[in-house]
Amino acid sequence: MTEPNTGQAVKLKKKPGRRQPAAPDSTGPLLRTEKLTRHFKIGGGLHRRTLHAVDDVSLSIGAGEIVALVGESGSGKSTIARLLASIYQPTSGEIYLQGRRLSAIKSRADLLGYRSDVPMVFQDPFSSINPVFRVSHGIERSLKLHRPELPRAERRAEAIRIFEVVGLTPGADVLERFPHELSGGQRQRVGFAQALAMRPKLILADEPVSMLDVSIRIGLLNLMSKLRDDEGVSILYITHDIASARYVADRLVVMYAGHIAESGPMEDVLARPRHPYTQLLVSAVPDPRADVRVGADTDRGEPPRVIDPTPGCRFRWRCPLAIDTCHQVTPVLTELLPDHSAACHVATADAELKAF
Amino acid sequence: MSSALADGIGQTAGTSDPILQVSDVSVDYATKSGSVRAVDGVSFDLGRGEFVGIVGESGCGKSTLLFAIAQLLSPPAGLTSGNVVFKGVSMVGMTDSQLTAIRWKNLSVVMQSAMNALNPVKSIASQYKDAMRAHGVRSKTEISDRSAHVLKMVGIDAEHLRSYPHQLSGGMRQRAMIAMALLFTPDLVIMDEPTSALDVVAQRSLMVQIKELQAELGFSIIFVTHDMSLVRHFSDRIMVMCAGQVAELGGTSRVFGTPRHPYTAGLMDAFPSIKGQRVFLTGIPGQPPNLAAKPDGCLFAPRCPKVMPACGTTSPPLYQVDGVDVRCLLYADGSAP
Amino acid sequence: MASTELSAGLGTPITPSTGQPGIQPGRARDAAARTGVALGRLFAALRSNRKASAGAILLAFVVILAAVPGLIAHDPPRAEIYGRSLGPSSAHLFGTTVYGQDIFSQFIWGARETLIIAVVSGVLSTTLSVIMGVAAAYLGGVADSGLNLVTDTLLVIPSFPLLLIIAAYLPNSGVAVLIAILVITGYSYGARQLRAQALSLRRRDYLEAARVRGERTAYIIAVEIIPNMTPLIVASFLGIAVYNVLFSAGLQFIGFGNPNSVSWGTMLYWAQNNEALAIGQYLWALMPGLGIAILGAAFALLNYAFDEIGNPALRPVRRLRVKRAR
Repeated sequence: MTEPNTGQAVKLKKKPGRRQPAAPDSTGPLLRTEKLTRHFKIGGGLHRRTLHAVDDVSLSIGAGEIVALVGESGSGKSTIARLLASIYQPTSGEIYLQGRRLSAIKSRADLLGYRSDVPMVFQDPFSSINPVFRVSHGIERSLKLHRPELPRAERRAEAIRIFEVVGLTPGADVLERFPHELSGGQRQRVGFAQALAMRPKLILADEPVSMLDVSIRIGLLNLMSKLRDDEGVSILYITHDIASARYVADRLVVMYAGHIAESGPMEDVLARPRHPYTQLLVSAVPDPRADVRVGADTDRGEPPRVIDPTPGCRFRWRCPLAIDTCHQVTPVLTELLPDHSAACHVATADAELKAF
Repeated sequence: MSSALADGIGQTAGTSDPILQVSDVSVDYATKSGSVRAVDGVSFDLGRGEFVGIVGESGCGKSTLLFAIAQLLSPPAGLTSGNVVFKGVSMVGMTDSQLTAIRWKNLSVVMQSAMNALNPVKSIASQYKDAMRAHGVRSKTEISDRSAHVLKMVGIDAEHLRSYPHQLSGGMRQRAMIAMALLFTPDLVIMDEPTSALDVVAQRSLMVQIKELQAELGFSIIFVTHDMSLVRHFSDRIMVMCAGQVAELGGTSRVFGTPRHPYTAGLMDAFPSIKGQRVFLTGIPGQPPNLAAKPDGCLFAPRCPKVMPACGTTSPPLYQVDGVDVRCLLYADGSAP
Repeated sequence: MASTELSAGLGTPITPSTGQPGIQPGRARDAAARTGVALGRLFAALRSNRKASAGAILLAFVVILAAVPGLIAHDPPRAEIYGRSLGPSSAHLFGTTVYGQDIFSQFIWGARETLIIAVVSGVLSTTLSVIMGVAAAYLGGVADSGLNLVTDTLLVIPSFPLLLIIAAYLPNSGVAVLIAILVITGYSYGARQLRAQALSLRRRDYLEAARVRGERTAYIIAVEIIPNMTPLIVASFLGIAVYNVLFSAGLQFIGFGNPNSVSWGTMLYWAQNNEALAIGQYLWALMPGLGIAILGAAFALLNYAFDEIGNPALRPVRRLRVKRAR
């Protein structure tokens, strides 16, 4: 049950996807994780310790929607992307794509199938494309690996078509360029084109606009909306910038120190943030059009590196509302309002608790 | 010429002698196919204790301008015209030893990426010691006292003096850089995108810290960034640059309240808002101009939503409108449309 | 920092792409076009850099000698039919050896085997360096440790004692064994260098992108990583070529390889055995030494030049003057 949108000039309507996913399980969410966990061993020899990058993350992404995964650096959001892209193996927990477990995939063909369903777009436009080849290299490899039924001539035509879908026109021209001849924004569009060539169900976009100029970002964000509306693709938009998340995403998942702090419909979470950390993030966003009063109690804390943590809420040292339970029991993500959950002992469904 | 010392937020910034006068500065890069003008005729004054933000996209010349002011340009870049007067003395003709005397004591620079600016194999204390000894401080107690003091000023515990840069988080490294810039309480601190590698929360806390330090120590700040929203709440005046030229220059509240140059308006519109209605934004279409082959007329014309026929042939000068300098033919007859 | 800002502001999409217009895809044609463009750029770079020009000229000199020795020297190099220990004359430009062979012919014909040894061992060495170094870097973990163990062991074993042992077991070994020794003892330095560079490339996003795309590991190493290391691979080759020229001459000097073949190293062997300097046949020793020096210098100069071409920071700073308008 989502809040009705208040804006008129809103480009939010979701057209039904042109391709219905022919899925074994089309009733549940498109992608679901269950207690997904990833630890890293750090230090050597006598000081072996465990870095808890992601702990017990259960999130779900539906078909044809954009979900924003927001958090500071060290929150685990990039690790989640790499887990979903099968670059890392989970320490524990499961990933389900349309009801099928990722860990059950053994053969190379099946893994290729998963990779074509869940490709990734990377953050740095200057290092995400191989500089020695023309930009046609990546997309033609994608087509060759994941759509082998296309003969060579049609592959070329399809590459041109996809380039034009992402706004690189004339497609035939841009395909022949080298990466250093393109701007940062164009290179990110190439990244999306490579992902789109696989006919994906879900694109993992790891901070795709963070390294672009602010005025270029809007173009890429609009492209993401367009891909959702016209191509029926879901997108997991990973970012630390809530403002851009709000612009483009339908749902918001907030991560802190490897845990999910809050998740729910975008407007709902922004209007009534339940978790104190969400409130902190929302208050910290600079807005050129609004006046902001910077209080004397500005948070100066840093997100922790979670190494061998003790039980308890990981936000407790920065939280003005922390109580004793917060130091002893790790909060679990609980649904407070329909479809709107928060992992906080203090948060409730109704009360307007203002931490920041 | 130099713009009026317009109003700012709060204090009486810049009413006395300006601490820095940049007059008609131009910087060219010598390339194999001729000179490329990266900065074109930029002028502004900076008062004591004033915070000026310079904003623009990549390639607009803001970092080059910064380097020109700090006399850090090296071939193939060179200052081709104009003057930079700091505390009444022209910096352009100075010798290296004269510059060294000024640097860090009166004028310091905070670079863009702290991890690249801090030496990864030396502890923080050792780098501060280097800086102080390079400028004549010998006494060990004075060095360690001062180091601990500046770290405390930026909110870092003095025990981190022994840490190496990789042991500190991104936010702390950036603050350590700023502390280093304040070792001699300079009159002017130049900052080149010091927050670009930080998260939103660390960014805000750093800006607040900078502002507090400025209030306490009274130095002026030139702050270069591509993120307008960041300087909106902290700067007294703002300068918007486009293709090496000043597009708009004036008091922050005036510029943000009523952006006059279409580029400024476009930049502001590129920020989705977190409050209010969700509105479809378009950003600024097109690309920044090719500086090696500049078109005639206004450099922003190809991307301007309010372009007029005259814009293709006439290069607009800076007009003064309500105390704000605007480089746009829309204001040619002195009135706002 | 300022230069990246400049390049971003040059409106990069407006510049035309390199290569001819209208070129169709098709990987063979694309590769040929890229090679053509690369060769063109190579020539331009060689011409513009003084060290490169000098090195290229010296190398061309040796290559010509190796390619068409018969056109330059008309006497057979091994025939012992002339007067013994003759001084330089119009009939014998450099004189003759104590066996009655024409030294000038030997010098001209000797270039071929010397060059072949240097180039073949250089290519094989570099190939082995690439495989061992890049694979170790990309595979990481146990594979990395294992490959490094082999490489480091060979790095540490002193080559001459190894050779003497091998020479005791293979008394009549020919050029092939010589080349094998050079390769096995010489590849390890390059392997470490290439491994270091490959390690720095390993975390580049485009490699992760290739992995996420579903490419196999061997493909990623061969197609995505190695083309990015071309400057270092070429530099590695040139470096090992210098080493091989000198080392192979040294080996032949002590009698390794086949002393009956004609090369600059074997000329030195025979000259030394017959005390050429003592009997006044200076050119017999000097000319092959000069030849070896020329070839070694050629590779060394090209090596410096490639460093400068690949890394602009090493180029001599030509101060392009910016005129000040006052």
